[in-house]
Amino acid sequence: MIPQSHFLILSAIIFCIGLFGALTRRNAIGILMSIELMINAANINLVTFNKFLGSPDGLGQVFALFEIALAAAACVVGLTLVISIYRNAKTIFIDKINLMKW
Amino acid sequence: MVKFTHLIPVFPFIAFLINIFFGRKIKKVSALVSILFSTVSFLVSIFTFIGFLNGEGSYVVYRFLSFNNTALDFGVTVDALSCMMLLVVTCVGTLIQVYSIGYMEKDPRFSRFFAYLSLFMTSMLSLIIADNLLMFYMGWEGVGLCSYLLISFWFEKMSAARAGMKAFITTRIGDTGFFIGILLLYFITGSVYFKDLSALDTQNNLFYIAALLIFCGAIGKSAQFPLHTWLPDAMEGPTPVSALIHAATMVAAGVYLVARTYSLFMLNEASLAVVGVIGAITALMAASIATVTNDIKRVLAYSTISQLGLMMLGLGVGGYSAGTFHLMTHAFFKALLFLCAGSVIHGVQTQDLLKMGGLFKKMKATSITFVIAALAIAGVPPFSGFWSKDEILAEALNNGHPVLFSAALLTSLLTSFYMFRLIFLALFGRPRSELHAHESPKVMTIPLGILAFFSIFIGLLGSPFTHHAFQNFIAMPGLHHQEEIAVNYLAMGLSILVAFLGIALSYLFYIRNNKILAESVRAKFKPLYNLISNKYYFDEIYDFLFVKPALRLARISSGFDSGVVDRAVNLAASQTIVLSKIQAWFDRYIVDGLVNLVGIVFQVSSGALRRMQTGLIQNYLLVAFFGIILVIIFKLIGGN
Repeated sequence: MIPQSHFLILSAIIFCIGLFGALTRRNAIGILMSIELMINAANINLVTFNKFLGSPDGLGQVFALFEIALAAAACVVGLTLVISIYRNAKTIFIDKINLMKW
Repeated sequence: MVKFTHLIPVFPFIAFLINIFFGRKIKKVSALVSILFSTVSFLVSIFTFIGFLNGEGSYVVYRFLSFNNTALDFGVTVDALSCMMLLVVTCVGTLIQVYSIGYMEKDPRFSRFFAYLSLFMTSMLSLIIADNLLMFYMGWEGVGLCSYLLISFWFEKMSAARAGMKAFITTRIGDTGFFIGILLLYFITGSVYFKDLSALDTQNNLFYIAALLIFCGAIGKSAQFPLHTWLPDAMEGPTPVSALIHAATMVAAGVYLVARTYSLFMLNEASLAVVGVIGAITALMAASIATVTNDIKRVLAYSTISQLGLMMLGLGVGGYSAGTFHLMTHAFFKALLFLCAGSVIHGVQTQDLLKMGGLFKKMKATSITFVIAALAIAGVPPFSGFWSKDEILAEALNNGHPVLFSAALLTSLLTSFYMFRLIFLALFGRPRSELHAHESPKVMTIPLGILAFFSIFIGLLGSPFTHHAFQNFIAMPGLHHQEEIAVNYLAMGLSILVAFLGIALSYLFYIRNNKILAESVRAKFKPLYNLISNKYYFDEIYDFLFVKPALRLARISSGFDSGVVDRAVNLAASQTIVLSKIQAWFDRYIVDGLVNLVGIVFQVSSGALRRMQTGLIQNYLLVAFFGIILVIIFKLIGGN
């Protein structure tokens, strides 16, 4: 039996990787991927707590499934934004896109 | 020994992971990785087979989902059918991967290719050992994905990219039906396990619909009429892919699906009849197209469609063992045909039959194995194709389907005709253009030799000489006959006759009367020739019926959008303009005066603050992150 802490540590590691990626990647697609990582870290937490807090009806699992679907939808919106940014600015390096600057 | 069966798909998956992540570092070694792991799978398959002979059976591996009181367990089916498929797929797959070393030698994405091949093996093998329809469906979609990736492997070529999409979308149509079929079956029986299928015995009409929907999936995957159009285009992929996926294994998955769910089809005569008729139409149609095609790989593609149709026909007339037997022999000789064609293409750098000719002298090893494979598919005894095709013919005749029998016989005639047309045009006669043909390297010809060995001898397993060992092995428990199958000499005689007739005809057409006779026949049946050489206009019809209307609908929608929606918006806008003119005056002199006053105040005060807005999203993100950290710290200190 793997103890709960292992799952939580794994999730924390994945979350930190995602956060680091989101803060440091220049490529917008990379940022989107990093965000997905963070979402997945949250999913692992959900499933872990479902397992270890003993929810009998699999509420946490179902919630994680919903979140996977939501993440997919959110990712679609994100990619759409990236594509339209690319069409306008001819780049997806977000440090090049500073139209909103003062 | 069976207890390791569930690991069979895992080995190629390890190879896939290694090749996809470290492919760029290990370069050519990736081929060895793939081949090594696939060989391990082959060995485990042999152990599984031995274990099965010793009476070990299916078992459950893993609980996939559990909700309240229902659970879905993933397990492994170990029976005659899955053992046979495991052996065929791992054996042919390994040989083709060895061959690919030579064929893909100079490709810049060498390791990527082997990664995809391994992923394909994973999906295909997990499809084979699946013990429930859901797991089967996962593998099914996996092979579909790999098919897409490998068809458009050379995606720089527009035609290859398009062919990949066409294959994916076309098979999707069938897959949707298949999935609805699974849901329907679950709805009726509450189970998705194959083992529960054999227990059904009600005369429920929904089972009939479920069987047809599941057959939809088989139609798409096995390129049966009317969803066959993707397979010829799929020849844009590298030739080993055509051999592995679009000849030996994936397209046979449709036949495997029908065989797996055979007890569902047997509930209702009508659903078997549908399978048989679709098979017959496909077999005849594709065989006729193959006789006029000039692209060496497309001839083989149509030949594959036609042979798959023949297997469906075999299953449809109640020949469970005949269909699966042909599936096995076909896997060997069709893989061999494709690999030989690949070797020829590798040697002469063209796919056009009319530019080849006289290659026999220059490519001895390839040519000899090519002829062996052609003899096998044409149904010349004692090569393997003869025994399995004869089995289908005999089943059709014995079970009282004279129309389907004659369709199968005609298909056999066309098969031996087009196959030897290919052989004569490519290998014999005078060279028709300046080609610097050379024999392929050993790494390509040795797999050819091994496959040729199987193409000759594998059929004997199901021949009267071995007392139909294969048929008795594969026979479904509880299925009618089979103490000892009576040899049907009428079917056997006719099948030998048409095989030689076809060879003789193509000899007459393409060697003796080079061109002249063929031209005159073509002139005489011009409308028919046009119909066939345009592939019965299937692509054009689909274009007219589905693609064009979809585009037209899109155009109408866009017209509605700009004509009606936009105009309404514009109307509202123009009225707003009038109103706003009035407001503007008020705005400019009174409101603006106040606002400007406020604005000036803020401009002065914001001069320093605005530096914070760097425009870099990640800065904002960082601030937000620290903000949250602060909130958490605040909570922790002041909390509770």
